[in-house]
Amino acid sequence: MELLLPEFGLVIFQSIAFLLLMFLLAKFAWKPILGAIKEREQSIDEALNKAELAKQEMARLTAQNEDLMKEARAERDLLLKEAKTLKDNIVNEAKTQAHTEGAKLIEKAKIEIENQKKAALAELKNQVSTLSLEIAERILRDQLQDKTKQEDLVANLLKDVELN
Amino acid sequence: MDCSHVFEFKVNRLIVVFTLFLAFFSATPAAFAQVDSLQTTESTHAETKAEKKFDIGKFALHHIADSHSWHVIGHTYIDLPIILYTKAGIVSFSSADFTTVEEGKVVRDDEAKVVVERNGQRFVKMHEKIYYASDVANDHGQFVTLDEKHHATNARPLDLSITKNVCTLFISIIILLVVFLSVAKGYRTNKGKSPKGIQSWMEPIILFVRDDIAIPNLGHKYERFMPYLLTVFFFIWFNNMLGLVPFLPGGANLTGNIAVTMILALATFCLTVFNGNKYYWKHIFMPDVPWWMYIVMVPVELFGIFTKPIALMIRLFANITAGHILVLSLICLVFVFNSLYIAPVSIAFAVFIGAIELLVAFIQAFIFTILSALFIGMAIEEHH
Repeated sequence: MELLLPEFGLVIFQSIAFLLLMFLLAKFAWKPILGAIKEREQSIDEALNKAELAKQEMARLTAQNEDLMKEARAERDLLLKEAKTLKDNIVNEAKTQAHTEGAKLIEKAKIEIENQKKAALAELKNQVSTLSLEIAERILRDQLQDKTKQEDLVANLLKDVELN
Repeated sequence: MDCSHVFEFKVNRLIVVFTLFLAFFSATPAAFAQVDSLQTTESTHAETKAEKKFDIGKFALHHIADSHSWHVIGHTYIDLPIILYTKAGIVSFSSADFTTVEEGKVVRDDEAKVVVERNGQRFVKMHEKIYYASDVANDHGQFVTLDEKHHATNARPLDLSITKNVCTLFISIIILLVVFLSVAKGYRTNKGKSPKGIQSWMEPIILFVRDDIAIPNLGHKYERFMPYLLTVFFFIWFNNMLGLVPFLPGGANLTGNIAVTMILALATFCLTVFNGNKYYWKHIFMPDVPWWMYIVMVPVELFGIFTKPIALMIRLFANITAGHILVLSLICLVFVFNSLYIAPVSIAFAVFIGAIELLVAFIQAFIFTILSALFIGMAIEEHH
């Protein structure tokens, strides 16, 4: 039963010592310790948040890069396509120009040929007429060498004139 | 308040098991103790007989009780100062004064046979208590008058001695201060870095007290009570463990002393009462029951204010004391059977119980702290 009776001396010492201990620990141990723990927890939280933000930023940047790449690719495709059409156009144009040029040349050549032909024909006609005149002259000269024949001819000619 | 989470806690199941276990084992020595305390004084006048029969209860109770001298080993004692507040002011002398020399041997008196005179007052020591000595000795040479239960009836001065327990109290406070001031220093030197050394030993426990004891029970207002909860937790835990050390500076049964647990429980009681808000007091004086129930409810609730800290006080005291008695009784088996062959058995059991006691040391500190937090939490809980 004596165990259950508190000794007055120990009660006094325990209360003073415990209060003192609590005061000292609270001021010099618990306050800095809990403060430091809290501060560290906050900084860890902050760091984690920052990491999360950085991750999001990274994802955003990657997405942006992807977009840029896509855009660039599309632009390249567009450029290529444009270049191709441009090339086709140029080629076509060149072709048509060549055609028209060719056609013009042919036309010119044709006209020239025609002209040449005409000239040649004219020449030929002249030649033919000269030749025929000469031939006729010769024939006439041959035929009109004797007197009778000349008189026959004049007679024939005169007959014709009378009809008029 | 919903207290169910306390009882769902795994540790509690363990505690139930261990308490039953301890209760089973400690029942026998406790019974011995009661019988033997009656025989104690009878055996004094037949000392030859007492030497033959080893008294396990007396031995155990002597070891768990407070003492004015600290037994080191064999016949070596550290004599602690005795400080008395008497009718004639403060008197102090060494406890070594209560000794006589018989046949060349120093005999330490604890049966009120040696009288010390100081300031014209005469003191005797009996069962580690100081009494004003009677003028004449009784039949057994004791300067006290005994009642029929062989308890001294003399008046006592106010004993403010530095006893073994007070000494342990100071030592434990020094250890606590050294440990936690160096932990706090660690936080200054490793500012913003991971903990190092003793700091990394203590931080998980401090966090355990904060996250598993304070915050679940006290909610967002936990910070105000952290200094008390941490101090009480580490004070009980360190002293429980110090009590398990069988040699200096341990060995005292500080947390198994009712005076110590009483002050600790009183602190929780004061915190509960002074921090109680209007909802807490309304719950006690005007509970939500029909008015005619108040006749029963109000006294019950009022009674409850006091039973909670008293339960705290008894629980810690009984658990630690039972553990000490148990270990001592197991060691004493050697002397009871008076055979060395029983030593391996008793040592094996003592080691086993010692391991459990290490766990109990922590669990009791945890239980005291979590219940304190729970009671304070009930007092400061806001109702919406």
